[in-house]
Amino acid sequence: MGKEQERIKIRTNDFNFYYGDNRALHNISVEIPENRVVAFIGPSGCGKSTFLRSMNRMNDVIDGTSVKGAIVINGIDIYDKTVDVVELRKLVGMVFQKHIPFPKSIYDNVAYGLYLSGRKNKTEVEGIVEQSLKRSALWEEVKDRLNESAMSLSGGQQQRLCIARAVAVDPEVLLMDEPCSALDPISTAKIEELIGELKDTYTIIIVTHNMQQAARVSDFTGFFYMGNLVEFDKTRTIFTTPSKKETEDYITGRFG
Amino acid sequence: MTPLRHHRTTRSEFQKKVLGFFAVGITVVGGFIVFGTAMFMLLHFLIKGLPHISWEFLSQAPRNNNTEGGIFPAIYGTTFLVLTMALLGVPVGTATALYLTEYAKQQSFFAKSVRFAVNTLAGVPSIVFGLFGVGFFIQFVGGGIDSLAGMEGGAVFGHPALIWASATLSILTLPVVIVSVEEALKAVPRELREASLALGATKWQTIWKIVLPNSLTGILTGSILAVGRGAGEVAPIIFVGAVYSLPELPTGVTDQFMHLGYHLFVLATQSPDVDAVAPQQYATTVVLLMLTFGLNFTATIIRSRIRKKRLG
Repeated sequence: MGKEQERIKIRTNDFNFYYGDNRALHNISVEIPENRVVAFIGPSGCGKSTFLRSMNRMNDVIDGTSVKGAIVINGIDIYDKTVDVVELRKLVGMVFQKHIPFPKSIYDNVAYGLYLSGRKNKTEVEGIVEQSLKRSALWEEVKDRLNESAMSLSGGQQQRLCIARAVAVDPEVLLMDEPCSALDPISTAKIEELIGELKDTYTIIIVTHNMQQAARVSDFTGFFYMGNLVEFDKTRTIFTTPSKKETEDYITGRFG
Repeated sequence: MTPLRHHRTTRSEFQKKVLGFFAVGITVVGGFIVFGTAMFMLLHFLIKGLPHISWEFLSQAPRNNNTEGGIFPAIYGTTFLVLTMALLGVPVGTATALYLTEYAKQQSFFAKSVRFAVNTLAGVPSIVFGLFGVGFFIQFVGGGIDSLAGMEGGAVFGHPALIWASATLSILTLPVVIVSVEEALKAVPRELREASLALGATKWQTIWKIVLPNSLTGILTGSILAVGRGAGEVAPIIFVGAVYSLPELPTGVTDQFMHLGYHLFVLATQSPDVDAVAPQQYATTVVLLMLTFGLNFTATIIRSRIRKKRLG
């Protein structure tokens, strides 16, 4: 099966990113298929997180950054002047490396995004909170303590709560920035299993240091090195018969 | 061997010890001077003042040329003054801190100007604030309101009053509020802000629902520190509303008021019989000290809790 048969969700076109004068991403062109898990791997500072954070314009909050080229989601260039960043971020949700819930109750953490859009209907919000917690495989563990502080949860539970929080606003794309790097192996396994389930509903892009994780969870893998997307292909291809020498050196552990 | 090296190696062990002893000695003496002064002052006032503090002293008005009765009007006036001050100054200070930490581009000309202004305000002698209060608040703002309302100048607002003293003090304490609130805002983790933004929150929603609730203790600390500082200042309020004595307690913000610090000044310098007034003077000092110490102590405790939370 070739990429031709996939429906493309996100397409980037010679995308460049600058921190001041420092060019962090070089002409990134990639097509990300819908309802697939795409992993970006590469050594620290290679630009994979910057690229991920460009897809919901999270880098906008950093002073002195600029972009060139396009990232097209659902046919719209998200860096176009007419795009409302707030609406974009509802469409493209994000899960961060540090599992920091808001210092609020479990319920309010999940309902936060709904309150933002002014949805206050109690039964509606309750329904979405329950559904989101079920989707992030946390419901059974927290259904009797929804009003307790989210800080009382374990690290792995907190990260699943962060996923529930992101899922609640009904995004189409989920960005995950090293979602397991602060978790123990059991919690990591749960999150990875969850990623597999979530891809039926969402297009998932995950940045990870952990090559085994990329191999386990993703359908497609991209290798970033020094701000360039060196290679992008089916995960199986990348890990068995990469076409670039840098990719092979990296996945066989010769550097990075 | 170079002469320098030669010189060093010939300095005897004894000389080294003497020098070291002096170096340590000077620093220790410095410490003792500070500690001793603070203790002497505190104990002196406590010993002389505490025995005269009674319920009567705290709850009654002064009588008989301030030699009898208490200082209730001054306590009441000071409290009224600093609360009004906090009400006026904390929102402005919080807004400024929000601008500086959340909105301003750090290198922009305006942000730099605001920072410069905050530092300048912190260094202005307090008596200057008093003069500013007279010129700006009483004559310009107060007189302006009166004449706009068609009254002759000084009818309602254009005279020394509690509101103008509070306004003057709130400007004097602005730097304290701004610095404290800024510190609290910066202590809110970047990840929390980003998580909120990533869920489609606007910048203002993020500030209102995430940043401010997580900085409340810091805003509280800033307010308490400001109140502590404001409660102890006398110079700026002499011209703008504090008075020797009052027949009645102030009931509104356009009334004049008595004030602990000013009362102390009056007791110390304006009494016909210095000896008869002395006990009242000591006791007033203790009340003022307790008030400002208590406020600063509370603020220090809250602040150290915030710092611990941030590190933890």
